[in-house]
Amino acid sequence: MDKFTIFTGKPAVIYRNDIDTDQIIPKQFLKNILRTGYGQSLFYDWRYQSDGRPNPAFILNQPAYQDAQILIAGTNFGSGSSREHAAWALMDFGFRVVIAESFGPIFYNNATKNGLLPIKLTKAEVKSLSQATDQDRITVDLTNLTVQFREQTFHFTFEPMYRYKFLNGLDDIDLTLAHADEIDQFEQQLPDFGAAAPGVPVKSTLHS
Amino acid sequence: MSKINASEPQTMFDKIWQQHVVTGEPGEPQLMYVDLHLVHEVTSPQAFEGLRATHRRVRRPDKTFATMDHNVPTEDVFNVKDVIARKQMQTLQKNAAEFGVSLASVGQAEQGIIHVIGPQLGLTQPGKIIVCGDSHTSTHGAFGAIAFGIGTSEVEHVFATQTIWQQKPKTMGIHIHGQLQPGVGAKDVIMVLIGQHGFSGFTGYAIEFYGDVVENFSMAERMTLCNMVIEGGAKMGQVRPDQTTFAYLAGRKYAPKDMATAIQYWSQFYTDDPTAYDEVIDFDVSDLAPYVTWGTNPGMAIPIDRTFPEPKDVNDQKAYDYVGLKPGDSPLNIPIGFAFFGSCTNGRLEDLRKAAHVLKGQHVAPGLTALVVPGSMAIKRAAEKEGLDQIFKSAGCDWRMPGCSACLGMNPDRVPAGVHSASTSNRNFEGRQGAGSITHLASPEMVAAAAIHGHFVDIRKEAIING
Repeated sequence: MDKFTIFTGKPAVIYRNDIDTDQIIPKQFLKNILRTGYGQSLFYDWRYQSDGRPNPAFILNQPAYQDAQILIAGTNFGSGSSREHAAWALMDFGFRVVIAESFGPIFYNNATKNGLLPIKLTKAEVKSLSQATDQDRITVDLTNLTVQFREQTFHFTFEPMYRYKFLNGLDDIDLTLAHADEIDQFEQQLPDFGAAAPGVPVKSTLHS
Repeated sequence: MSKINASEPQTMFDKIWQQHVVTGEPGEPQLMYVDLHLVHEVTSPQAFEGLRATHRRVRRPDKTFATMDHNVPTEDVFNVKDVIARKQMQTLQKNAAEFGVSLASVGQAEQGIIHVIGPQLGLTQPGKIIVCGDSHTSTHGAFGAIAFGIGTSEVEHVFATQTIWQQKPKTMGIHIHGQLQPGVGAKDVIMVLIGQHGFSGFTGYAIEFYGDVVENFSMAERMTLCNMVIEGGAKMGQVRPDQTTFAYLAGRKYAPKDMATAIQYWSQFYTDDPTAYDEVIDFDVSDLAPYVTWGTNPGMAIPIDRTFPEPKDVNDQKAYDYVGLKPGDSPLNIPIGFAFFGSCTNGRLEDLRKAAHVLKGQHVAPGLTALVVPGSMAIKRAAEKEGLDQIFKSAGCDWRMPGCSACLGMNPDRVPAGVHSASTSNRNFEGRQGAGSITHLASPEMVAAAAIHGHFVDIRKEAIING
């Protein structure tokens, strides 16, 4: 994961409630083998017409928003299916932050596992942010837990464990590897009773 | 490993859990050591990709084993027409070689459904923590292991660290006793439990099955029982390891060479007293009839000698609309057009023997399609050695190569729209076996009899069972 301290980016406003993960990335795109490549299918049913051509009215199809990095939405963003692809698709498009009044809990968790910063603000604050245009820039300061928009500063909270991960650019695996000594020690006392073990010689030296 | 000294009675689950805590306090998520990580082609590619991107390796390839099952075409395993499926399978081959993971690839002697081959190879053992990116990982609990399904980020985490953060679940003991009637078995027992307690009736629990019925079950039957606990929302199911377990494991490829010491070690895993469970259910199976599902989740099930219930909510009504059946109808009158024998629930040699016993010298109903998909290459070979394939073929069934097949129809094996399928699998969701397919779950004997008659029958009344 990349470190996240202070970030300034262009907002894109989709000021709706209950944007579920089916809307973020529909099921036909789940058979892929990568975490990447979902950006072009993000919000597929809104973004494309039934003939497959882009819907010019949808914000993410407008040239000014191709480099948007901060998404503004209403309540219950990312509700529904647990698919981790929803977080992957938002990040693959280029988003680093989603600001909403509330989030679906699984999406929220998945976002933090993938370095996408979910920020909860109040209804009034999100309403204010919903006025943002492509001329605006929003600054998110994770050290001071603030969102700067025009002349306003909004404060937010973020779980200390997650914040530590983002500030230091650590993922869950990094955090667990802080316990590597304990894992090593644990492995010293595993029984095997002389059983054969699977595993084959590694052909590449990249990961050894 | 340290011996367990506890003043309070503990469950088998508690004892295994306690032995696997690497760090963390009770009541909070704890870092648990994973003894066996099973891998298949659908939920692993992004996890391997993540390792590559972060220059990490698989920490313990010697505790990891992969196969291909979900996408495998069972007519010709080497002819994968679905481009995306082929890509997923090729990706696993590439990843396994790159990261040093053993892979039982299509066509190879050890290939099969991951939850069938783990036990068959002796990888599944009592007292282990076993995970896999698949919900039916609960199957392995039949050996007295802690076994549960995980998500893709967690698969990557286990690859890199051989551990997983987990909050300890509550435990439930299900005491199963009485005398099962001929033709009624493990599949009916788990189906009735889900039918009575609902699709989410066991949510979050670690279940242990015990009692004389369970003790008398073979390993195949115990696996059927534990396999389907997830359909009741449970996190996992377990059976205490005993002589049946030890005898099953002895001599298998990855089983201990020093079985005497292993058995001594495994024998410490038992529940001290039923009071140790957070909850206990008592279940007398003496009057149990064979079960079939009528609706669109495994909780929508009834005994074969009853009629379909009145809808109690909008979900039930939606289910009736989908399956085209009516409250008050009898399952005996469902017109069956497709029969599926296989899956991680009922794709084992014993299951095939039970179906073949009913089908021997018979023929499936006119126009009915019947697929027999062994759970693994080893099962296929064993079945052919005892002539089961000939019985199925003579009865008009298709004898296929191993894989998940029509259980979920990710490969080309699908039930046509509008056709009622009698299936030995585990899920009867809308469209699960193919768009518009209508699935009725039942035991191998019940599905075999339904295939012959073109509708369900009460297997207890069939001469082959009670004669």
